[in-house]
This record gives sequence, structure tokens and C-alpha cells, in this order.
Amino acid sequence: MKVFLMYRDQDFEPKRQLPPQGAALTEDLELDTLFHAMAGGDPFLFEMAKQAVFSGSGDLDTIRYRQAVLQDCLNNPAVIRDLYQILLEVIERKRHRWMGIYGRAPSSILGSSVGMVQMFVDLLKKLRQIADQHARQFESEGFIRFFAMLDEELDDGYFARVDDHLKRLRFRDGVLISAVLGKGNEGAAYVLRKPHERKRGLAERIFSRPSSAYSFRIHPRDEHGARALADLQDRGINLVANALAQAADHIDSFFDVLRIELAFYIGCLNLAEQLAQWDEPVTFPLPAPADERRFVVRGLYDVCLALTMQRRVVGNDVNADAKDLVIITGANQGGKSTFLRSVGLAQVMMQCGMFVAAESYQASVCQGLFTHYRREEDATMTSGKLDEELSRMSTLADRLIPNMMVLFNESFAATNEREGSEIARQITRALVERRVRVFFVTHLYEFAHSWFQSTMGSALFLRAERQADGTRTFRLVEGEPLETSYGKDLYEAVFGAAA
Amino acid sequence: MSQQLLDMSESPNLTVSIDGQAPASIAQMRDMPSSVGPAPFHSILFNGNEAKTRRETPDAPPFFADLNLDQIVDAITAGKQDYDLKPFFYTPLRDPDAIRYRQEVARDLENESVLGAIRTFAHRMSMMRRYFVLANKLDYPYHQAGWFLEAADVYCEAVAGLVDDLSSARIASRGLAAFHAFLGAYAASERFSKLLTDARKLKADLASVQYCILIKDEWVKVRHYEAEVDYSVDVEATFARFKQGAVNDYRIKLAVGTGMNHVEAQILDLVARLYPDIFASLDVFCAQHGSFLDPTVAAFDREIQFYVAYIEYTARFKQAGLKFCYPDVAATGKAVASSEGFDLALAGRLVGRNSPIITNDFYLQGPERVIVVSGPNQGGKTTFARTFGQLHYLASLGCPVPGREARLFLCDRILTHFEKQEDITNLRGKLQDDLVRIHDALDQATSNSIVIMNEIFSSTVLQDAVFLSQEIMACIVHLDALGIWVTFIDELASFSEQTVSMVSTIVPENPALRTFKIVRKPADGLAYAMSIAEKHHLTYHHLLERIQP
Repeated sequence: MKVFLMYRDQDFEPKRQLPPQGAALTEDLELDTLFHAMAGGDPFLFEMAKQAVFSGSGDLDTIRYRQAVLQDCLNNPAVIRDLYQILLEVIERKRHRWMGIYGRAPSSILGSSVGMVQMFVDLLKKLRQIADQHARQFESEGFIRFFAMLDEELDDGYFARVDDHLKRLRFRDGVLISAVLGKGNEGAAYVLRKPHERKRGLAERIFSRPSSAYSFRIHPRDEHGARALADLQDRGINLVANALAQAADHIDSFFDVLRIELAFYIGCLNLAEQLAQWDEPVTFPLPAPADERRFVVRGLYDVCLALTMQRRVVGNDVNADAKDLVIITGANQGGKSTFLRSVGLAQVMMQCGMFVAAESYQASVCQGLFTHYRREEDATMTSGKLDEELSRMSTLADRLIPNMMVLFNESFAATNEREGSEIARQITRALVERRVRVFFVTHLYEFAHSWFQSTMGSALFLRAERQADGTRTFRLVEGEPLETSYGKDLYEAVFGAAA
Repeated sequence: MSQQLLDMSESPNLTVSIDGQAPASIAQMRDMPSSVGPAPFHSILFNGNEAKTRRETPDAPPFFADLNLDQIVDAITAGKQDYDLKPFFYTPLRDPDAIRYRQEVARDLENESVLGAIRTFAHRMSMMRRYFVLANKLDYPYHQAGWFLEAADVYCEAVAGLVDDLSSARIASRGLAAFHAFLGAYAASERFSKLLTDARKLKADLASVQYCILIKDEWVKVRHYEAEVDYSVDVEATFARFKQGAVNDYRIKLAVGTGMNHVEAQILDLVARLYPDIFASLDVFCAQHGSFLDPTVAAFDREIQFYVAYIEYTARFKQAGLKFCYPDVAATGKAVASSEGFDLALAGRLVGRNSPIITNDFYLQGPERVIVVSGPNQGGKTTFARTFGQLHYLASLGCPVPGREARLFLCDRILTHFEKQEDITNLRGKLQDDLVRIHDALDQATSNSIVIMNEIFSSTVLQDAVFLSQEIMACIVHLDALGIWVTFIDELASFSEQTVSMVSTIVPENPALRTFKIVRKPADGLAYAMSIAEKHHLTYHHLLERIQP
């Protein structure tokens, strides 16, 4: 029995480490804000949101598969939350009634496993009930398969067979074990046997071969002998104890997998409900293959900014179709970083199967997303700032392959403009030639300007807008890089115009 | 019955104790009188001449620590403690023919099929010993008899298997050829054939026994097995649909094979009653084949491991691309040469870390006797000196030595002087102490010795160091001994026509980098310390190379 709500044909395995760029992405895109919104205060949901968001793939099929499942969740939030409630009950019961499978002897493992399986069977029956009642309301391939599987695998006949085993495994008629002589004439290959049914006819009983049998009895005061006998019995039931304990584990991990996979969708429900409060639009993105260069967005906003401000925020319309490179210049605090973040967030959300924060969104997936942001301080103090930036860039370069995507924010500016521009130009040129998609927020005028003048037609230039009076709209418009970044404005705003 | 397991009177050197106090380690099986065989086989380690005087040295020679040979021998013999091989590694040979005798055997063992045959044999012999020791410790007759049968059976397999394997392999060495002839005759003997036939028949019979135990409360019933189905499989099948991937293994590791309690023994007795004929022939087997281990076979089993241990140790270096060769070893003529040699102890550490291992060459010709090594610190000078000593010592054991080819001198002794930490309890000053030790060393040295000096007098004032070094060098040169001397004193390098200067080198563009290459050239006294690097490889061209299209 497989859950398969995250992938069509595989489990979602969250215990993997975050990707190497995970820490930088989390910081630069402020992903924790997103995870908090999805978690709604539940640490498990937080962790799963994080895992799921980083599990994004460049596989369009998987993205569409999850989008459909998520659409079902958005249509039936109450049923999804009921399902999730059963999984919470699994944990609750394990915590309060069963400590799990324990013991150093097969007999105690068998005993505790019988208890576990019995408890799980009750909850499986509940799960079956929900499936019976609501399966028809679901339309996605993932949920249709899931409910059909519950219906097929957990029928009444099956539950009866399980009950029969749980009864037999108490061994009222003794334990029958077969063995052979191993090395040194020691008993070996102990196998628990199912005794022949005793309902044989009288004639059969009379004419069946009288097989010789010898018996002995352990003296009641022979403690050593009793222990030896128990050991022997343990050898016999070792495998069946293992089988049942593993069955318990498997059922447990079935519930676990279900809880993990539903956690992502519960997170999405939580996020959707919050954004709905401020009438922020969300949309299912249209993903395009990684080797295409698609990027057409309308009303793309920074979901983390909206969550932080608790209100609607400004969105951008951008068409960067067929562009390898987007260079964003312009006024300080004009929305450049916010835009860059909204691009990164939408990309990761799309690739993990979520809706994105926009009115409409079409974009190519990428083979991997990286950020290279100028850092405030060199925490280690072992190298200069440019040195630190370049060493991060070098680490990043080791991981780059074509059709990945890199977001640069004010990179390589820790030296004079000429040198910084030259470094940025060389790096960007190499990346673009190697088919790496680049979004570059920069103040390096020479860098931006030389690209604008070059004949390479694959770049889009965006500029943070500024009204004639100096106020900012936080909207980006297409436009040639300008030589100043209006630092003067900022200075005046802070120190007062009169200064 | 245990008294009959091995009849000690036939092989008095076999100190396997019947009361099970001392395990039958190979070490205790050495020095057994050679059995009278059809082929004149004496020992796989010593040729006819030395066989009578074959020696084992209990303690490491004094220079072992200085040359890191202790580390090498520890590593070679690690995991083979049962064979007690160190005494062989502590005993250099004196006779070039004895060395060739070993080199021949070692060459044969480079053949995978020969080595494989020996490995299989060794594995079986070690199982035999384990079973045998076990059988001696047990309490219940059929249990004991069972393990005795196992020991005999695996011994038969070991002998018969080795005869077959060696017959189909190409053997060129005198040693293995003689041993093969001996073993063939032994395997064909009536005594051995009967042991083998009896053991196999009995094993097959016992393997056919299958029975059932029914345990209910304190009652145990033993009867024939009646084709009842495996219940675990049934249970597993029922729950198979929940399989989610890897889960814990809840099978308890129930102690196996360490003995038998009285309940199991009673069950075994009842099984014997279910199968009376089979158990009767088991009794007969034990009575007839009390002692089966041949002392020559046992000695071979230990001695051949000298080669196997060395081959296994060197395999990791060969895998890393390093070479080993059979040196031409002569007791006369002091022209020596080695190419692509390396320090085996250092290589042992580097190879584990996948670090590159630098090899070096040396030669001495004509009047040349002493190599004087100078140059930058941390440049591999001491390593080079150790390599020189290790190569000569390993060659005198008859082992292949590191390098592509080598011609080495069979010396009478190796004398080393490596500067030691000051010993507080020593009342003589350090300088005096050094001089006393050097004097003692030179006292033992002959014109056939090898002298290795490493950075001596480094804490003395330069003038004294130069003076003393020159005096000692004069002694060595006068002795006409071979040697290598690592020093910071350039004057030694051009001491006389008997000395040869070699220098550790650096990369011209980056003097901070050490090459660990030691080459023949005059000492120049220069040490560079500079470093410059293009650090991040982030230019356009670099990046195009780093990011694959």
C-alpha cells in the first residue's frame, strides 16, 4: 500500500539533507516566513513544508501531478483535515497506550507487535470509512488512486484474516518447530510450522503411518532447563516475531508517509487561507521545460513580504520570454530586491507543485536554483569581502550545470566599479554561454551598460521606477540602465532634504 | 571421547591441550620434525642449506624504529597474529641463494591461481583449528563428535583442494614444486583417503536428518518432520501489502554455535534415536580417526603466510599505481641502484587518504658510497633516507621491494642514528650522548654495513657540527661502508669522491610547494618561501572549463 500523493510512483522521503544551497536560499528568499505561514505554529508542518519546498523538481509531470492533488485539497479542505486528524491520532495512541515494539526476546517482540497491529487495524478501519464516504468528490489522479487502493486492499475479508493471525499467534496449542542438524550436530534452520488441521477422518487417523515420537519433560524446578526451552521457542518464533513487528512497522510507516505527504498539502491550505484574507491572488503556474526560456508573469508579488506586512503588496508584470539574462538596475529601495525574491519564491513554489503568488505565471523550470547575495559581514573575518564573495561564487560554480538558475543581488560590488564590473561581466558571460539563467540586481553601471550595448539580444533590462518627484512605485519597468542609483534620494530622505 | 580427538603422541610438538587450556595457535605448531615424504621438501621459507639452521628472531632489530620498519611489519602482520609471523620478518637472510629461493616462491604467488589456492587452503586450515579447539571444549558426546567431524572434513578439503589447485597452476619455484610433490604423495596415502571418504559419507547422512519439536509448557516432543508449512511465510504474506521500504530488523541475534545446553542435548539424543544407524557410524568415525593433522602440512600453513601477508599488504600500493620489483641482491660489489622507490610506511598512511605518493631514484657507482641529502625542510629528506634503508632490509628478507627496479647490497648489518629527544634521566649531555651512540654504532660497522644518519648535531653550534660531522664522515668513508646521511651541512655534500650530493627540490613558480623529489645535484643551500596562487578560478575561461556544457 503506497500513498503516492507527492509522486505518481514513489514515496516522498523527507529525511534527506537540505540541498547545499538550501541555507543561502532560505536566507536570501526569506523562506522561513513562508514555512511559518504554512506551519501555522506546528513544528512538524514547518519541517515538512521546508522539506517539500526543497524537494522541487524540474519534472513537469510531477509538478502537474501535485497541482491536481492540491486542487482537490483546496476543493475539499474539511475531508483533508479529517484524514490528517486520524494520523494525529496514530501518534497520540502510540504515545499514550503503546510504547512501540520492544524487548530482547522474540516472545516479547511478538507480544508487543500483536498489540501494535491490533491498534493500527482499528485506525485503518476508520481510514476506510472516510474513503467510503468521500472518494467520489475527488478528481485528481493521486487521490483517485489512493482511495481506490484503500477500497481494494482493506476489505472486510482482509480484516478477518488479520484477526485470525492475531489469535493464532498466542500459541494455545504449543509451538511447533522443525529443525535440521547443522554443523556440530547443533539444531539449525529452526522454522515455525503451522500444524496440520486436526479434523482428519477416523479412517485416516487409524491408517496413517504411526510416526515414532519421543518426549521428555523439564523438571519444574529446573530453571536453567526452562530458560533453555524458552530460548529454543524463541528460535522458532524469531522469524514470525520479526514478520509481525515489521508488519507493524510497515503500517506505522504507511501512516507516517501519509502524514508527511498530507502535511505539505495541509501547509498549502494554511497558506492559501491566509492569503485569501487579504484578497491576494494565487494561481497555478504553467511550467515549461527547463531548456526553454519562458518567463511571462502578471501581478507577481513577494509572498513573504505580503505575509510580513499582513496586507496586499505591489506586483509586477514582466515578459522575459526567450531571455537568458535579466539585469535589474535602478533606484535604491525601489523594489529590486523584492522583485528578485518574488522570482525566486515563485520558482521554488512552482517546482514543488504549489500555487504561486501572482495573477498568472508561466515559466521554465530550472535544474537548480542558486542565490548569490552580497553578505553584510564576513562572519569569519578570515578573508576580505570580495574574497569571501568570490569564494562563495566558486563553491557555487562547482555545482552549476546548464539550465540552472542563479539570482545575483548586488554581487561583486565590494571593490571599485571597474573591477567589480569586469568580474561580473566575465562570470555572467560564462554562465549565459553555459545556458545558466541569470537574474542580476546590480549597481554596477559599467557591467549593466556594457551588456546593454553589446549585441547579445538575450538580455532583458528592468529598472526600478521613480516618479519625477522622486517617490518610488516599487514597480519595475523595462529600460536602459541609468548611471546613478539615486543614493542621493535616500540620503536626503534620511538626513532631510535641507541638508 | 575427547581423548581420542587428536593422538598427541604422534606429533609431540603439537601442543593442543585436551583440557582446552591453550588454543592450537600456529605458533605452537612450528619447528615440527619434517615428516618423511617422497620429495625432499624442508620448508617453504628456507632452502635446503638454510633449512637446517633456520632461525626465528624474537625481537625487532634495533634500527627498526628509526626506519619505521616496525610500522611496516606491524601493518603486514596485522590480522595474522595467529601465525606469529614477526620472527620471520625480524630475521634477514645472509645467503643470496636463500633470497632467490624466497623470491621464486613470491613470484609464483603473484599468479592469482596459486595465491587463491593458498588463501583457500589457509582459510580451511584456520577453520579446522577453530572446530578442533571447540570440539575439545564441549560436554555432550554427539555434539563433540559433530565438531570433530567438521574439523576432519574441512582438513580433508584443505589438503585435497590444495593438491588439485596446485596441479592445475604453473609452478616455477623450487619451494612450491617440492611441497606440491610432498602433498600429492600424502593425499594419495591410504590413511588420508579413508579419512576423506568416511567424513564425506557421514556428513551427507547427517545432513539428511530433519525433525520437529513441539513445545507446550514444560513438555518437549521430538518426531519426524511431516511437511507442515512455514507459518512465518504465511504471516508475512498477509501483511506484505503494507511494505513501505526499509524497516528495522527485529530478528534477535540468538547466540549460535557456542555450545549446547542440556535441553538441546536431550533433543539431540532423541534425534539419535530417530536415526540410530547414522549416529552409530559417527561413533566409529571418531574412534578410527583420532589424529589426522600432518606436521609438515601444519608448518607449511604457517610459513606460507609470510608471503601472503606481504602480498596482501603491497596490493593496496599496486592498486594506487606504485610498483614493486624483485631486486638483484648481491653480497659483493657496492654499486646499488633503485628507481621509483618509496617509503613503505609513509605510503601506507598516504594511500589510506588517497594522497599522491612521490617516488625517488638513487644510485651509487664506482667509488661512490655515501649519499648526502640536503635541501629545504619538509622536503622528504628523512623519508628518502628511510626508503634507502627499508629497500635494503626488505631485499634481505627475500621480499619484493618498492620501485620499478633495484639492485641492492646484501649487507651484514644496518646501523642508524636518528636524532632523539633529549632524555632527562641521561646525565651525559645530549651531544656527548649522541657521540657515544655514534661511536658504538661505528664500532659494530664493517665495510659490509650500511650506515644511515639523520640530522645529527642539529642542536650543536654550527662550527662544532661541521667539525664533528666531517670527522664521522671520514670514519665511514674509511670503512668503505655504504650509507646515506641527511644533513643541513652543505660541506658534507662535497666531502670526497665517495660522497654524492642529493637535494630536495621545490617548484620554481611556487617555492612554497614541495615536490618531495630528491635529485642528484650540488647542495645550494637555498630554501624558498613564497606563495602565490590564482585562488578562485573564476575568470571567464576558467568558468567555461568548470561548468560542463
